[in-house]
Amino acid sequence: MESREPTSGSSVPPRRGDDDRDWSLATQEARAGEQQPVSGAVAEPDATTVRRKPIETPRQHPPVKLFEKRARVHNQRIDGPFRRFKWGMMAVTLAIYYATPWVRWDRGPYAPDQAVLVDLANQRFYMFGIEIWPHEFYYVAGLLIMAALGLFLVTSAVGRAWCGYACPQTVWTDVFQHVDRFVDGDRNARARLDAAPWGARKLMRRTFKYAIYLVISFWTGGAWIMYFADAPTLVGDFWTGRAAPAAYITVAILTLTTFTLGGFMREQVCIYMCPWPRIQTAMMDEKSLLVTYKDWRGEPRGSVKKAERNPGKVGDCIDCLQCVAVCPTGIDIRQGPQVGCITCALCIDACDRVMASVGRPRGLIDYATLEDCAREARGEPTRSPWKALLRPRTIAYFLIWSSIGLAMLFALGVRNHIGLSVSPDRNPPFILLSDGSVRNSYTLKLRNMESRPRAMRIEIEGLPRAIMWSDTSGRDTASRAVVKAVPPDAVLAARIYVVVPAGAMTGEFRFTVTSQDEQRETASADARFDAPGDSE
Amino acid sequence: MVNKRIDEPTGTETVGHEWDGIEELDTPMPRWWLWTLYLTIVWGIVYVILYPAWPMVDKATAGVLGWSSRGELAREMSVADQARASVREQLARTPIERLPEDSKLFAQAVAGGRSAYQVYCSQCHGSGGAGSQTLGYPNLNDDDWLWGGDLKAIHYTITNGIRAPGIKETRTSAMPPFETMFEPAQFEALLSHVMALSGKGSANSAGAQIFRDNCATCHGPSGEGMRLVGGPRLNDAIWLYGGTRDDIRAQIQKPRMGHMPQWGTRLDPVTIKMLSAYVWSLGGGENFVEAAADPAVKVDGEP
Repeated sequence: MESREPTSGSSVPPRRGDDDRDWSLATQEARAGEQQPVSGAVAEPDATTVRRKPIETPRQHPPVKLFEKRARVHNQRIDGPFRRFKWGMMAVTLAIYYATPWVRWDRGPYAPDQAVLVDLANQRFYMFGIEIWPHEFYYVAGLLIMAALGLFLVTSAVGRAWCGYACPQTVWTDVFQHVDRFVDGDRNARARLDAAPWGARKLMRRTFKYAIYLVISFWTGGAWIMYFADAPTLVGDFWTGRAAPAAYITVAILTLTTFTLGGFMREQVCIYMCPWPRIQTAMMDEKSLLVTYKDWRGEPRGSVKKAERNPGKVGDCIDCLQCVAVCPTGIDIRQGPQVGCITCALCIDACDRVMASVGRPRGLIDYATLEDCAREARGEPTRSPWKALLRPRTIAYFLIWSSIGLAMLFALGVRNHIGLSVSPDRNPPFILLSDGSVRNSYTLKLRNMESRPRAMRIEIEGLPRAIMWSDTSGRDTASRAVVKAVPPDAVLAARIYVVVPAGAMTGEFRFTVTSQDEQRETASADARFDAPGDSE
Repeated sequence: MVNKRIDEPTGTETVGHEWDGIEELDTPMPRWWLWTLYLTIVWGIVYVILYPAWPMVDKATAGVLGWSSRGELAREMSVADQARASVREQLARTPIERLPEDSKLFAQAVAGGRSAYQVYCSQCHGSGGAGSQTLGYPNLNDDDWLWGGDLKAIHYTITNGIRAPGIKETRTSAMPPFETMFEPAQFEALLSHVMALSGKGSANSAGAQIFRDNCATCHGPSGEGMRLVGGPRLNDAIWLYGGTRDDIRAQIQKPRMGHMPQWGTRLDPVTIKMLSAYVWSLGGGENFVEAAADPAVKVDGEP
């Protein structure tokens, strides 16, 4: 740093009494009321070092508004390609959610026949032909990573499509809004009923509506627990009061959350509670597809009559507010991309309808990238939205996503369905027997991941003169191999006693286990035979 | 410097601070957020009324539900005890010698015995049952048993103890001190003979004669031991007080003899059964066939 005047060289003014400070020297032509906050990034180099007199700019006194009253959203009924797509997605997602636990999958007599089952009690996770044990939880981690990357992929390709069509909050909100429409009528009727004073009629309608809410919520909570136990059995147990308390508590909690979040919170969840819109906002760029209002075409807004009176001066938007009316989150898309927009594209349906009726081209509100919007505004040709899907980022996400999936499938395909672990007795490490031979004891854990009982043959590799027997046989049956029957889909702990005669070689050796069936899977584990004097 | 102003594009008030040109919008919270705050306050009050909350001088306020973590523990313990009750009942009904017939019950007995062993037995026999040669606590893992290694014999030993004072049925034996009875040369001859019994050293007739006259009564003519009188086996590799020449000499001159308390008066019969099963399961347990053929083992009835 070059030398500066002592008063301006440091950002901290020398400690002096403020009273005897000569501000006229320290400030440079600062005029009261003119100074605005200056960013260090853009200001002149001097700006941060030159002392500025603390001047209060004239205070503005905005109205104090700490909390915002919620505006109820009464979205209007609309029909169109996107609405039909949303119907389809709703049917598919709800069908998956409610029907999956009831799909059967034959795994033989020793395993449950439910296609998708998270068997917490027995620590098994079944998904069609795949069975996961707790020690293979990395597959679940892999699935979660794939889910996250899948969302990144979808976001970079088609924007917030998850929010618009597939998110449970969106789907259930949609269901509940249809219930509203079914009970109370469309947008205007619902708004009227909201404003109407409480009377017998309103009370009855509300009771009826909330009863439907409650049935849907209960069914939602009830479907959830079906994933954690055999669904037909659980339904029977549930209604006869024999199910586990956890089942009732889970259903109660999920009924409550569905009732609250779907019936009442709705778009508030998306706008205030969910982190995902914010994360997605950070992941979108000018190349992401999103629902956009083409302001260069729509502005300035004006009615058809106004446009006729002032030809060429009024944009295509006739300010009919249909886009706002149909929006399930109650936003105005014409204000630009915003966190409340879940890109369900119902406003496109609405706007296209209006444009058709006033004889103007469709797509005033449309799925487009911001880049294409700018290009279109300049009058250049735009690319098809499908081209937006194919760009390095989406391709990279797709490659990473699919390679993780393929790697997991490969790992699942080649994984061993047999396992062996050995833990030697360390206290005492060895036992001297009366005939002078030495015994070591081991606990072997034989893992059988097949859903059928298997005979497994344990053998010793190494230790030339060693013989062994197990806790269920006896020393008189001792030999080089022990056969154990391992129950289906279970781990069998077997105590194995290995004896080496006096003076025979000891030390490192290996247990191997082989399944006595046509697969002949093997696993092995290293072990050590200790004898007196080894430690010296 | 607080300078609140209305941000033009959003129409929202700023919080009034500015750092390097960055300002923060003071977006109003939704009203329901406030209600969740009130709800948590209500929840807190209800919780304080229902559950133990405020620390007082000696204990916290009890709460109207009367719940306490100690009470919950006691409840869970009693549930666990009840769950065990049926197993204990079954064990009480099953005679010890028929225990291995029910492998599931036997496994439960072994598991229970393992816990009881750590509490009552591990102090002397070691947590792994390895005993201690220097202190003379027998190893329970091996196949050498002073008083018999089948379930009934182990059960008897645990019930009545060894050299337990004041117990009529206790297992008792005594080896007289031979310190002053032999000349040094006779000692050496005897020692050589005793070591030769287990194949360590050469036999000699003088030692054999001394052994026949003085030792064979309890230890057997070839040192095979005599469980009836608790005479340890001498022709094997296992020596309770050490197998070197010096160890054996010391033991002949001034015999050390171990004690084990009788547990019949201290533990309940089921626990003793479980302990017997556990000790038997350590790897050296003997079968009943042998036990039945061995007249030395006297077995009492069910405790």
